Amino acid sequence: MKTLLFAPFKTILSGLFVGIAFGFFLRKSYVTRFDTIVNQMLLKDFTVMKVMLTAIAFGSVGIYTIISFLPNHHLIISPTPLFASALGGGIFGIGMAIMGYCPGTGIGALADGARDMWFGVLGMIAGAALYAELFPWITSHIKSALDNTTITVPSLLGSSSWIIIGLAFLMLILLAVLDRRGNK
Amino acid sequence: MFEYLKRNRWSPYVAGICIALLYLLSFFFLGKMLGSTKTFVRLAAALWYFINPQHLQSNAYYMGYLQNSYWINWQFALVIGIFIGSYIASKLYANIKIVDVPSIWKNSFGPNKRVRYLGAFLGGVIILFGARLAGGCTSGHALAGGMQLAVSGWIFMICLFAAGIPTAYIMYNRKGK
Repeated sequence: MKTLLFAPFKTILSGLFVGIAFGFFLRKSYVTRFDTIVNQMLLKDFTVMKVMLTAIAFGSVGIYTIISFLPNHHLIISPTPLFASALGGGIFGIGMAIMGYCPGTGIGALADGARDMWFGVLGMIAGAALYAELFPWITSHIKSALDNTTITVPSLLGSSSWIIIGLAFLMLILLAVLDRRGNK
Repeated sequence: MFEYLKRNRWSPYVAGICIALLYLLSFFFLGKMLGSTKTFVRLAAALWYFINPQHLQSNAYYMGYLQNSYWINWQFALVIGIFIGSYIASKLYANIKIVDVPSIWKNSFGPNKRVRYLGAFLGGVIILFGARLAGGCTSGHALAGGMQLAVSGWIFMICLFAAGIPTAYIMYNRKGK
């Protein structure tokens, strides 16, 4: 096997910078807090959904603008069976309610004083190890029976990407309006 | 401008737009999308390397990650960066307050630190197992997939809340709160 310890310096540096900016924004949006995550799940505070939908709506405009004008840029969607995404998403949601952080925001939470999250990190390493041990069984029983796909919503529905992006913005505006009403 | 950077909490819409811009810069200049959970597979592999390297080499899952690759790669650096960035953001506002047991947890399960640590550990096991099965996490699947309008990312996000909401209601919804 050939495994080198460090990726080239430039790669590490760019990853570090993107990470620092990401961690900064995550902390400022308060999603690094247990209460923010759990109150979203209890439908008492919609910060998590607001941050996610805003990022998705604005990000999708940028991504689809870039790929429609610059043909050397392509979507980077990891191929997974949809059933695995659904099942994995459900398991993930249960874990997120218990841990009270997501993997990325949890790392931000560590730096923000959440000492309980160090045990979350240990748990996540154990979870990765558990998945690796069960990987042969999962491949032969679940994943092999399903097709990997990178299909997008516009291609699934046979509609223009811009209509779907418009719908994403509509959802965002709806959420913002509902939230404003709820705060009155 | 600097006053805004020092603020404790930003509008979720402002933070969301900043995150979108960051994803776009990364997509445009580096051809990469943000993610974090593969790093935990690398950490698990690193542990096996010290405990039992043979076991590591016989596992196809770890080998898929490590063969002709780097241990400390772009995403690994990104995860370290998240820690640093969050620390800076927090420190710009005020001194960091250590929390062992979050208040909502305390209301349901009491102030015992060990119980909370165990909860965080179990939650971590479950969350990472789910992420690897799904092929991503909140940043890699829901955000990156979501903004590329990938069906998988949207399904992941819907199922995340569909399972997370009832779990939270069972665990934390107590009277008088």
